[in-house]
Amino acid sequence: MSAVAPGIALRGHHEIAGTPLFAPVSCHLPAGQWTCLLGRSGTGKTTLLRLIAGLEVAGQFVGDIAVSDGLPIEGRCSFMAQTDLLLPWLSALENAVLGQRLRGEPPDLPRARRLLERIGLGAYLSARPSALSGGMRQRVALARTLLEDRPIVLLDEPFSALDASTRAAMQELACEMFRDKTVLLVTHDPAEAIRLGHQVIFLTGEGARIWPVPETPPLRDSYAPDSVKAQAELMAALRRLA
Amino acid sequence: MRWAYGVLAAGVVLGVWQAVVWGMEMPPFILPSPLRVAEAFWQNRLILLGHAGVTLAEVLLGLLIGSVLGAGTAIAIAGSERLSRLVMPLLVLTQAVPVFALAPILTLWFGYGMASKVLMAVLIIFFPVTSAFHDGLTRIPKGLRDLARTMNATPFQEMLRLRIPHALPSLATGLKMGAVYAPIGAVIGEWVGASQGLGYLMLLANGRAKTDLMFASLLLLALMTVTLYQVVSWAADRASFRDKDLHAA
Repeated sequence: MSAVAPGIALRGHHEIAGTPLFAPVSCHLPAGQWTCLLGRSGTGKTTLLRLIAGLEVAGQFVGDIAVSDGLPIEGRCSFMAQTDLLLPWLSALENAVLGQRLRGEPPDLPRARRLLERIGLGAYLSARPSALSGGMRQRVALARTLLEDRPIVLLDEPFSALDASTRAAMQELACEMFRDKTVLLVTHDPAEAIRLGHQVIFLTGEGARIWPVPETPPLRDSYAPDSVKAQAELMAALRRLA
Repeated sequence: MRWAYGVLAAGVVLGVWQAVVWGMEMPPFILPSPLRVAEAFWQNRLILLGHAGVTLAEVLLGLLIGSVLGAGTAIAIAGSERLSRLVMPLLVLTQAVPVFALAPILTLWFGYGMASKVLMAVLIIFFPVTSAFHDGLTRIPKGLRDLARTMNATPFQEMLRLRIPHALPSLATGLKMGAVYAPIGAVIGEWVGASQGLGYLMLLANGRAKTDLMFASLLLLALMTVTLYQVVSWAADRASFRDKDLHAA
């Protein structure tokens, strides 16, 4: 099984050609918990995620990213984007085991099959992405991320292109599947952040600050009074920045 | 009913051609009438088919060898930044030399047989195939590159399972161009020096003022090229997924 998830601390600022993208920030992703990173477009949410993932970014980051167990993040994180990034020439099953294929390892097809069946895609194992709905494709992408079995999971708005009911179902599935992993979810939806985050970080041009969340653990009921209140306050704060 | 338009277009061309021959009283050695060309075609059908067979063999061999070499080169230079910097300028340089100018030298080196014609076809299609496939191999969407990166893909597996399948539509484009260019290469080779092939027959017929036979050879060559293009298009499109299927950003 996957290793114990580490905590991650990021400290620093980022510039693109001399223009600051985000001011000096200091944020901490607690081990084995969901952190939702919320902010308006252009505040550098995705850049922050890409820095942690070790992916190339425009501009220059000055600072450091520390991991609680002192080991590198490289090879221990999996990544899910807004688009499903499925390969159109592969079946759902083959797409789910892409990571092992790309590393030249023998793929664990029985495990992938069980997982796809569990998330309701048992009848579509051999279907190509073009034959699947947007929600189904994103579920295959979720299965692919899960099968990587990495302790750190970086999610870049993976549910934002889905319709409301599919999105809610995907949030529940992801919350269950990524339990005990260190998860960073980039989102611009206050309801999603309040529903899923053990911690919510609110990123603005001035810096990052921890936003108070209800005391109940995620997955929270979006319509519970304290959830509604937290969402409303978060939304108001976002709109004040406009 | 798309074929109906094709038939109509061909009919219009033939009609204008016949009208010009009648109206301007062209002597047959300048411009033979379509009917006369058809007659020449029928009378010389065995000779024509024999020469067409030779040209077709040269074209197919050239297409095969040129495609394999082109695809191999594209993969090699897409896989290595250093090799790419070394080879790409050379490739562009070869395109600055007109292949037509090389034909006499190739005939000198490789003789009057098929080899020099096959080589001409290879030379003429190598660049379009390499360039189109290389484009596809290096234009992998950013999201897919990020995914492969976080999955710790090995360069070999990434090439085999991601970049090559993704670039197949581009390779198909290159092969279609190759199917059109390869006959040009073979015919140029035949013009410069040959004893067989449609290019040779055209020169021979022209020299003897058998313009109707020249036109018949030309029509057969055009027919051959169009058929080859259709077959290659069909096969290439079947073998690669369609661009519109790519949901990746």
